[in-house]
Parts: sequence; C-alpha cells; structure tokens
Amino acid sequence: MWYLCVFYHRLLDYRRPEVESLAELFGGPGAGDAVEWRMPENHHEDSPFHLVRLPGDERFAAQVANRSLLVKGIYELWGHGTTYEELEKSIMEYPDERKLPHLTPESTFKIVVDTFGKVMSSQEQNEIMKSLTYIPFKGRVNLKKPEHKFFVIETDDYGSNNGLPPVMKRTIFFGREVGAADRHLLPMYQLKSRKYIGPTAMDAEMAFLMANQGLARPGKLVYDPFVGTGSILVAAAHFGAMTMGADIDIRVVRDGRGPDCNVWSNFEQVLAIHWLVRVVFLDLLLINYWLLVFNQILDAIICDPPYGVRAGGRKSGGRKILKGVKGPYTVPEAKRDNHIPSTAAYSLAECVHDLLHLAARMLVMGGRLVFFYPVLRGEDGSSNTQFPEHPCFKLICSCEQILSFRYSRVLLTMVKIAPYTEEIKKMAEEQHRDFRENHQKWLDEGNLHSAVFSPAELAPDGNSKFDRDSKPKYRGKYV
Amino acid sequence: MRLLTHNMLASNVRGVTSGYPLKLEATNWCTKDVDLNADFIRGLLPKIDWRALVAATRALNLPELLPEEQPSEDEIFAEGAVNVEGSAIRRIHHALLEIHVQQGALICPESGRSFPIEKGIPNMMLHEDEV
Repeated sequence: MWYLCVFYHRLLDYRRPEVESLAELFGGPGAGDAVEWRMPENHHEDSPFHLVRLPGDERFAAQVANRSLLVKGIYELWGHGTTYEELEKSIMEYPDERKLPHLTPESTFKIVVDTFGKVMSSQEQNEIMKSLTYIPFKGRVNLKKPEHKFFVIETDDYGSNNGLPPVMKRTIFFGREVGAADRHLLPMYQLKSRKYIGPTAMDAEMAFLMANQGLARPGKLVYDPFVGTGSILVAAAHFGAMTMGADIDIRVVRDGRGPDCNVWSNFEQVLAIHWLVRVVFLDLLLINYWLLVFNQILDAIICDPPYGVRAGGRKSGGRKILKGVKGPYTVPEAKRDNHIPSTAAYSLAECVHDLLHLAARMLVMGGRLVFFYPVLRGEDGSSNTQFPEHPCFKLICSCEQILSFRYSRVLLTMVKIAPYTEEIKKMAEEQHRDFRENHQKWLDEGNLHSAVFSPAELAPDGNSKFDRDSKPKYRGKYV
Repeated sequence: MRLLTHNMLASNVRGVTSGYPLKLEATNWCTKDVDLNADFIRGLLPKIDWRALVAATRALNLPELLPEEQPSEDEIFAEGAVNVEGSAIRRIHHALLEIHVQQGALICPESGRSFPIEKGIPNMMLHEDEV
C-alpha cells in the first residue's frame, strides 16, 4: 500500500536509504529492494514529501517509521489537493471502508495542522480544523494520548525560499499518522552530555543512522575497527546489537580520562537509558586491524576510518630511528612490559583496502559494511569520485554529507554478496605488498589534508574561485 | 574480554604460522548477565572453535562448565532448553558471553609471546621488532 512519507528537512541523501534499510531489517532479505518511491505531483526530489510503498501491512510501516530518525511521519493519505476545495473532493472520494474504522464513537483522536515553509497562527489552524466538518468524526478528542492522529499539512509554492528549488507547488495533504521517528533519543545521546568524547567522536544522529544502515538489532554482532571513544557502537548497542570494538591507541581505549571517563562509561550511559536491557555487550581490543582469525562471524562492520583530515590513520610497524641507529628499534628487555609501540602513518588507500578485505573475510553472507569515505568537491560543487570496490561487495547506497566547499563525506553501505575465496585472498596479499613497498607514494597521493586546508587559489580578477552564492544551498546548517 | 573474543584472536608475531589458539591465563575475571538469544548462539556455534573455548573455560578453573566434546545441535537447541537451568545452551551462552576476563594474559602457543589483558582489554599490539 502507498503511504505519504514526510521527512525532516535535513540530511537529504540519507532519507530514502534509511527507510529501505529499515524495511530490510523488519521485512527480511529483499524487503529493502521492494520499497517503491514516487514524488507527489510538482514536487522536486529534495522535497520532504514522498510517496512510498512498503512491502507489508500497517504494523510494518509503523515499525519502520518508529525506528527511523529522519521520518517525521508515515501517513495513510486520505486526500490532497492544491486548494481546500480540491482537498475536500479528494477526501470524499477516498473509500469509506478505509475511513470509517478510524472514526468510530469509541475512539479518541486529535487533529494537527502542520506546515512546511510557512507559519500559521493558531486561529488560522482552528479555522482549518473547523472546515473539516465533511469528515464524520464521531470519536472523542484527546490531545494527550489519542488513538488516531490526523494531520493537515500545508505547503506553499513561493519561490525557492524553503531552501528547495522552486518546484514545489502549493499542496495540502490530509492523512492519518501510522508512525513517526522517535527523536527523543537524540538529546539523550547527544555528545555534549556524554562523559568521554574525542576530537572525532561521531555525532549521535549520524551514529544512529549508521546503526540503521548496518541493521543493528538484538542477536547481531557489530564490529568497529576504529572504535576510539565508542560513539558509533553506542548507537548500535542502543538497538540491542552485541558490539565489539578495536583500536590501535591504547591510551584512548584503556585509559580514557580517568576511572569514570572512558569507553566503558559511555556504555554505562546506554544502560541508564535502556534500563530494561540488563547488560550492554561490548568487548574492546587493541589490535592491528586484520588480526581476527575467524571467518564470517560478524553481521556488520560500522566505522568511520581515519582519512587524514581531522585525524590521520596509524598502523603498526613504525620504526623509531634513534640517533646513529639504523634499522628496526629493539625494545630493551626491561621496558617491554609497558612499552607502547610506535606506529606509522596509514594512507587512506591502504586503510580502505585493509578494511574491505577484513570485511570480506569476517562478515557473514548478506552482512553489511557501513563506512564513511571522503570526497573532494569540484569547483561547481559536483563530486564524482570512484568509490572503493571489492569483488565480494555490492554497493547499495551512497549518501553524501557536505562538510565544506572543498570536501564532503559519503556514507557507503555495502552488502557482502560473494564468498571470500583463495583467489581474492591472494590478490589482497599482492596489493598489500605494493602498499608496503611504495609506502611514501601512497601517503603522498592520498593526502587529503592539504587539498582541504590549503588556501584557495585566486582567479585572475583577484576574487576567490569559490563563489559562495553560486552554490545550491539548503536551509539549516546540518543539511 | 569475553571468551567469544578470545575464540576469535590469534597471535601474528613475525614468523608465527598459526598462532592459534592463544593460551589464556587469568588472574581476575567476573561475570555479567546477558540476555540469552538462541538464534544468535545458533548462528555463532558453527564458527566457534570448541576446543579453544573448552581450553579457555578450563584455564578459568571451570572444568564442569563445558564437556570435552561439543554436544549435538539437537541437544543444544532442544525445545524449552533455554528455560532449563544448567542446560547445554545456557552453559554455552554463559561461557561465550557472560564471562569477562579482567586481568591476565594471552600466550602465543608458538613463540610464547605474552599479550597482556588489562581492564578487560587484550593488548594485541606488536612491538617494533615483532612486526
């Protein structure tokens, strides 16, 4: 059945993939692909109003909406039109057998008048509600806990002021709410109320979106090879997944900032919110990323690899060159116990290569690899980059989040579709040797830091090449 | 560190060919309740190295927890076994997920290199001359 799906007007690229992933999560394999989309007439793709067909009944639609972060509401659409007369006609034509069960005398209801891109006084809202007399509401009004919530949503068509290209025509929708996102989660998990964070801790909303893309749920094992302060796994653990994290820096995961300020304390916070679940499953490791031996054991790998803009990657195998001593540094016997080994710079190419191979080996078939990948934007705001590929994986969605005029990051979601064979293993080893032998070359090539931070070149007329006003912009700093 | 994690770790000191299973030495460990999820155990079981798991429980002085031979699937996933105190699935669940080794070491079976476990976190990082 077709529903009206209204999104929050933010993170535009992430909205449809989230719904599709949640359909897969609740509907089983293939359900994500079965989701169909349409746009209402005269609406641009960036509009928050979409029509969606979900493979399942209303309970299924409610599950999807309630678990999501970006779905403002999924509605059974009773009617729509460009004027209130058209709306009335459209609602009258909607079959009675779909309407009447929700209008019975025993039921309680509430009507909400919502707008997009305009403001309406409460008097105007009241008039709209009163104009709905042609719908035979029999139930009692209950504003606090109604059984049925009806929404009148009105949009305007003036210009591009909503941050949308000027292709959204004035539309009025009327529908019954089936489900809506629970964004109360976000203030509870926001980074500023978390005890232990680092410079690259993942924003709570994004972490939840990543956990949704990774299909985190009870009974699933989720792994983050760059765990840091654990901000991604906190979201996965909230959804009941068993989590496991590794990091190369002992100081970040073991010590933190004191006995009550470390990765474990972040997870105790999940426990406090989730008082029903007795224990949040987390295991931490200090590890060289490709160390786990068992094949096909993880259900998802969700991570934010270090790509060298805010934090650079490090790998084992650094060499301390002491004065006059060449070759590998040998740790004196007496200092071995508490020695923290030095690490070497890790180029993005090598890091992503290792990640894909680790994932190919460790994920179950159908398991998901979810990670961020940086992309440099062209002068016209475009960003067409080749994403990393692997014979074991199929890319199912890429969602861009623009970070600056220079670069954005893209959340890639991949599904394991082919087993990890000896042949692929050999290929990986060869590639690995190449990385070792041409370490410097790879480091230079993948140097994103200078591309992002170097001063802009000036055009011949003395103005900056980046013309801030020429780029398409959306309202809201997070979009 | 849970025993599930122990089951997935190997030593990769230079020159070591298998490095598995790591010998567990625990000076301090505790248990924490985790909700039992039979489907999770079912998915996990074929991938677990039973002998390594049994060896780990013995190292913790729990000789009674798991039998030497892995019980059959029929026995583990028998109807209602989840609710029976001391059933195979409960013991396996307990061994894999509820035991936390807080302090101790993991010893590479080939080279004898000891990887410390501190505050529940195994440190598998290699020194400069071992990579």
